[in-house]
Amino acid sequence: MLWCDMEASLNLLNLGLGRMVITKFCSERIAKYAFEYAYLNNRKKVTAVHKANIMKLADGLFLESCREVAKKYPGITYNEIIVDNCCMQLVAKPEQFDVMVTPNLYGNLVANTAAGIAGGTGVMPGGNVGADHAVFEQGASAGNVGKDSIVRKNKANPVALLLSSAMMLRHLQFPSFADRLETAVKRVISEGKCRTKDLGGQSTTQEVVDAVIAKLE
Amino acid sequence: TLRSVLTEEETFTVLQNISDSNSFVAASLWCFEEMTMAAATFAKRLIGSRSSSTTATSVARAFCSSTTPITATMFPGDGIGPEIAESVKQVFTTAGVPINWEEHYVSAEIDPRTQSFLTWESLESVRRNKVGLKGPMATPIGKGHRSLNLTLRKELNLYANVRPCYSLPGYKTRYDDVNLITIRENTEGEYSGLEHQVVRGVVESLKIITRQASLRVAEYAFHYAKTHGRERVSAIHKANIMQKTDGLFLKCCREVAEKYPEITYEEVVIDNCCMMLVKNPALFDVLVMPNLYGDIISDLCAGLVGGLGLTPSCNIGEDGVALAEAVHGSAPDIAGKNLANPTALLLSGVMMLRHLKLNEQAEQIHSAIINTIAEGKYRTADLGGSSTTTDFTKAILTHSSIFLPSSMKSFSPKEKLVTAFMGGFTSQLVKEISIEECVKEAGCYASNVVLQRFGCI
Repeated sequence: MLWCDMEASLNLLNLGLGRMVITKFCSERIAKYAFEYAYLNNRKKVTAVHKANIMKLADGLFLESCREVAKKYPGITYNEIIVDNCCMQLVAKPEQFDVMVTPNLYGNLVANTAAGIAGGTGVMPGGNVGADHAVFEQGASAGNVGKDSIVRKNKANPVALLLSSAMMLRHLQFPSFADRLETAVKRVISEGKCRTKDLGGQSTTQEVVDAVIAKLE
Repeated sequence: TLRSVLTEEETFTVLQNISDSNSFVAASLWCFEEMTMAAATFAKRLIGSRSSSTTATSVARAFCSSTTPITATMFPGDGIGPEIAESVKQVFTTAGVPINWEEHYVSAEIDPRTQSFLTWESLESVRRNKVGLKGPMATPIGKGHRSLNLTLRKELNLYANVRPCYSLPGYKTRYDDVNLITIRENTEGEYSGLEHQVVRGVVESLKIITRQASLRVAEYAFHYAKTHGRERVSAIHKANIMQKTDGLFLKCCREVAEKYPEITYEEVVIDNCCMMLVKNPALFDVLVMPNLYGDIISDLCAGLVGGLGLTPSCNIGEDGVALAEAVHGSAPDIAGKNLANPTALLLSGVMMLRHLKLNEQAEQIHSAIINTIAEGKYRTADLGGSSTTTDFTKAILTHSSIFLPSSMKSFSPKEKLVTAFMGGFTSQLVKEISIEECVKEAGCYASNVVLQRFGCI
C-alpha cells in the first residue's frame, strides 16, 4: 500500500484528495515475509488486520493475497480481524495475538498501540526490511522522537535501539551475539535497578548502557 | 395477599421500612396490587388530620407533568435488540421521561424508495421526530443493497459520531481514569466508497476530505466541549504524511478553535495518540477526528473501559437530528434468552435525553445505572455476573432512590408514602385509566422485587 503519496488540492482550499493504492505484488510480498518470519521464529499464528468490510476492493485484495500465502503454510494458523475490533482486543486481551500482518496505515496504528501496551516507545525494537537492505530502528514512531530536551538531560531510553541492534545481528546471522545482547538487556530491565524516566526510574542513558555492558557475558 | 397475613400495624411497619429505604415508588405500586382503595384509606388514617384534597392537588401537580410528551423513533433492531429496547422503555417510563416511542423494524424486503431494508416510513419518522434510539442491526448478507448503517447515515446526513468513554466505577479494567469523548467525522474521508481497479492486481481507493464536512464536525466538537464543560479538544491526524487531506482537516479545526478561546486546542499525530491512549488515557478530553482514525480510535477507547457492550453512542445530523445507538452487535447466539446487557442502549438513551435537554431525568437514570453496576450484585454474563436482562433492569429501577420529582425530596418517609399513594390515584383519575393499566405503565415488576426483598414471597 503506497502511503497516499499522490495528493491533490482541488478547488483551491475546499477539497483534499488522497489516493490509497494496494497492489497484489506488495501484499503478497509482505504476507510471504510474515509467514516466513513466523515459520523461522516458531510462531503459531498469523493474523491479518484489515477493513475489507468497507474497503472491499483494496483490503479485499490484501486479504486475498494473505489467504493465498497462508495455504502454503498449513502448520501456521491464519485468521483475519477488522482493524477497529483489533485495537479493542489489543487493549483488552493482547495475549491473543502472535504475528500480525497489516497494510501500511493500520500497521502504524497497531504497532504503536501494541508498543504502548508492552512498555512504550523506549523499549520496543523494530526493523525495516527490503530485498537488498535492512534498516533497524525503534519499533514505535510515537513519542520522544527528536526531542532535544530528553537528549540534553540524558534521559533517553537506549533499550529500544539496543534491542533493535540485536534484531540486526540476528538478521546478519549472528544469533549468539544477538542472544547475549538481548539477555543482558532483559536482565537489566527485570532487575529494575537501572531504569530511565519512561520506565519509572531515575537513571541516565549512560547508566543503563553501563549496566547492560556489565551484564554481558 | 399480604393483607390477609399481616395485621394493620405489621403492614404499616413493612411499608415504613420500604419507604425508609426510599423505594417508595415500588411501595406504592405494591400497594396498588395488593390493596387498592384500602391502601388510600389506610394512608389517610396514618397521616391523621392532613387533608387529602390538598395532598391530592400538590401530587397532581407533581405527578402529572405539564410538558408535552416528545415523540421519538425507536429501532429495536435484530437479535438482542428487542429485549434491550424493552429495558429502555421500562426504565424511561418509571423515571417519568415524557417520551412516546414510535417503533420501526427492519423489513424483510428491500424498499425501492430507499434501496434498503429500512422503510421510507422509518426514515421519515426520524426526520420528523428529530430524535431516535437504535438498537443493533444485522446487515443481511447478500449483494445489491447498501448496509443499513450506511443507509441511515446517508439518508439522515449524520455527520458526527459522538462516543463518551469513561471508566465505570465498579467495573474494573486496566485503566480506571478514562474520561474522554471521541467525535468522529462520519460522512467522508477514507470511507467514501470510491474504489476501482486500475489494472489487474492494483486497486486504488480515494480518500476525500472537504472543508465543509471538516468545519461541520469541528464546530460540533467545540460546541459539545463548551456545553458539557470540557476543557480541551484534540484533533487527531496524520498531516505530516497526508498533507493535503489531513492538512485541510487541521486547518478547519484551527479556524473553529479561534472562535472558542476558552477551550484549549491541540493537534496530536495518530501514532502519538495511540501510544498516549494505552499508556495514559487521562491525558485526553475531547478528540475530534476524520472518519478512519475515528472508527479505530473510538473502538480502542471502548476497549479501554470495558468493550462495546457498555459503550453509548450518538449520531448527530443536520437540523439537530440525533440518533443514539448501541454500537455492539446483535449477538444472535444469545437472542431471546434474556441474557443480554442493556447498558449500552440505556446509556445511549441517556445521551438522547441530554440532547433533548431533559437533564434531570438523564442524570437520574445515569446514576441508577452507574450505581447498579458499581454495586456489583446484578451483572449480566458479559460483565462476569449471572443476572438476566430483566433482573438487571429491575435492579436499576429499584436501586435508584431519585426517581421522583425533586420537589418531593424533602418529604418525610410518611409524607412520601402518602404522596405516592395519592399521586398514583390522582394520575389514575386524571388519565382515566384503570388501576391495572396504571400499574402496568409504571412497571409492576418492581413491587415483586420489594416483596422478595422482605421475604414476603
